[in-house]
Amino acid sequence: MTHPNLKNTSIIESVKGRGIPLAENDVDTDRIIPARYLKFITFEGLGAYAFYDERFDEQGKPKSHPFNDPRYSGASILLAGANFGCGSSREHAPQALYRAGIRAIVAPSFAEIFAGNSTAIGMPTVMVSSLHLDTLITLVTQNPSTEIHIDLKNKTLTTSSGWTCPVDMNEGYRKAFLEGSWDSTAVLLANLELIRKKAAELPSIR
Amino acid sequence: MTLLDKVWELHKVATLPNGQDQLFIALHLVHEVTSPQAFQMIEERGLPVLFPERTFATSDHIVPTDSKARPFSDPLAEEMMAALERNVKKHGIEAFFPGSGYQGIVHVIGPELGLTRPGITIACGDSHTSSHGAFGALGFGVGTTQIRDILATGTMALSKPKVRRIEVTGTLPKGVYAKDIIMTIIARLGVNGGLGYAYEYGGSAIQALGMEERLTICNMSIEGGARVGYVEPDEKTIQYLRGRPFAPKNIDDVAPYWLSFRSDPGTQYDDVVVIDGKTLEPMVSWGINPGQAIPVSGRIPSPQELPPNERDTAEKAYKHMKFFPGEPIEGKKIDVAFIGSCTNGRITDLREAARIVKGRKKAAHVRVYVVPGSEQVDAQARKEGLDTLFRDAGFEWRSPGCSMCLAMNPDRLEGEEICASSSNRNFIGRQGSPKGRTLLMSPAMVAAAAIAGEVVDIRKWEI
Repeated sequence: MTHPNLKNTSIIESVKGRGIPLAENDVDTDRIIPARYLKFITFEGLGAYAFYDERFDEQGKPKSHPFNDPRYSGASILLAGANFGCGSSREHAPQALYRAGIRAIVAPSFAEIFAGNSTAIGMPTVMVSSLHLDTLITLVTQNPSTEIHIDLKNKTLTTSSGWTCPVDMNEGYRKAFLEGSWDSTAVLLANLELIRKKAAELPSIR
Repeated sequence: MTLLDKVWELHKVATLPNGQDQLFIALHLVHEVTSPQAFQMIEERGLPVLFPERTFATSDHIVPTDSKARPFSDPLAEEMMAALERNVKKHGIEAFFPGSGYQGIVHVIGPELGLTRPGITIACGDSHTSSHGAFGALGFGVGTTQIRDILATGTMALSKPKVRRIEVTGTLPKGVYAKDIIMTIIARLGVNGGLGYAYEYGGSAIQALGMEERLTICNMSIEGGARVGYVEPDEKTIQYLRGRPFAPKNIDDVAPYWLSFRSDPGTQYDDVVVIDGKTLEPMVSWGINPGQAIPVSGRIPSPQELPPNERDTAEKAYKHMKFFPGEPIEGKKIDVAFIGSCTNGRITDLREAARIVKGRKKAAHVRVYVVPGSEQVDAQARKEGLDTLFRDAGFEWRSPGCSMCLAMNPDRLEGEEICASSSNRNFIGRQGSPKGRTLLMSPAMVAAAAIAGEVVDIRKWEI
């Protein structure tokens, strides 16, 4: 049962879009969004600061970076290296990517907090093998107009050129997208009585 | 069963339809940077904070360490501070703000106030929440949307991790600290070696550590990819908590319950790693993630010495750090030294640094910040005369906050400065300058580097 104050969130069975390659391992959240851009009380406008220090020099002049590359303008599927999103738990990192137009991230592995934060805002993090990632990046680099289709239901990734590979992801996250329950507050509040019971059983902090 | 199994089962509310567990969060710690959007989200949905009595707040990330006078000189910092003040007042949450005597870095004040304790789940919108595992608690770093969930429901959705036991045997040589243990673990297992795992630290070298040193170890679990790290509680845990402001008054009655949170003898772990404590050395990071670290006597590795999947990051690190493969790390000149942070900003850290500094002077070209982790640490240090000792050496004694660990306040590196830092992350740009460079090491090693003006091996010093 859904709490009356909460809306059901949408089901996400697949993500379609063009890819943007960023094939480095261990990209940390300080690089995705430098700490000085966390000093806002809303997430609005954060998209402009995604990878800021890698995209712009000290004078604010654009540097060579996939997010500045017109060939990838409008791309919505980030193709990233292993352990993507490591470091700080700042949700500003997935929020900045989402607000920069990213709707799913494909990588060999993800830092746990980052994957949880991305799921919570409706941006699937799906895993492919390093070999498949390399192929996918080659395809996208050679032809940036390649469309990518991530099918969460069947756990596959297919390109418009017909290339396909299996994808993996945390099963709980996958189900949350398929059920439309990734906006978890409603799901958690459905157990309000059990929560209150648990709180009463456990020692108090004060 | 492991300690993790026991605490998990105790706090499990339900299995969710997607297969994840719904875990009750016994203690929720809130700070100014990651919470404002979460409060906004629950307000938009008309939901109250369900357990304000289990929620505590402080301000640490953006507070200046020179003057806490309001309004703060940075209008954005002032806005964040004001938003937290508004939110705690509106929702009836107890807060420890500057001047209260209890303000400080959230992972420093939780233990020192006796809020952190064995056998509980703790969440905070900060990845270093793993710190609290030093007390046999499970500390989860969370994002803002999960803060929303915890505020509104007192719970969060989690997948249970596997457990890797990391056994550190023997005794540590002189000049080797908790920081060196955890930096060695991360260097050996990698920055992603802990993905999917909780780290259980044990063995004689861990048992011999004080509570604040255990906090240092658990704090950096996340730098090895493990969201949670913990140490089984013992008599030291009980003694540390005795008499703390929020600790139970009948602590001797509670102690047997707390001490019951241990992994059972003969427990099967998902993985076990053994490290020989007596072989450890002071560690120094040379690159752009905490796994790129070597013993101070070592040389910066060449790509051929590294696993193939680490070579690209190493190349990027040489370029950013302006270091070359094969160079020794000892003798590298520094410009700035920083002692502080949730990793190493506690009184025992300051005492160890002070032992090195006593009777010496900083190198003329080095800027040195000492930033106590909390107002209580600050007060204790002053009582012991440590502030004067550091000032006499030419170090700047600042007021509590996260400071130069992540440079969200005015404390930051300029240009390509190199900083010897007792903090936890050497990511590019972490200390506030996109070209700034960070060398992670123990507080004693930072103090020595500040005096010598370069990276030194404290084992060679007469202390």
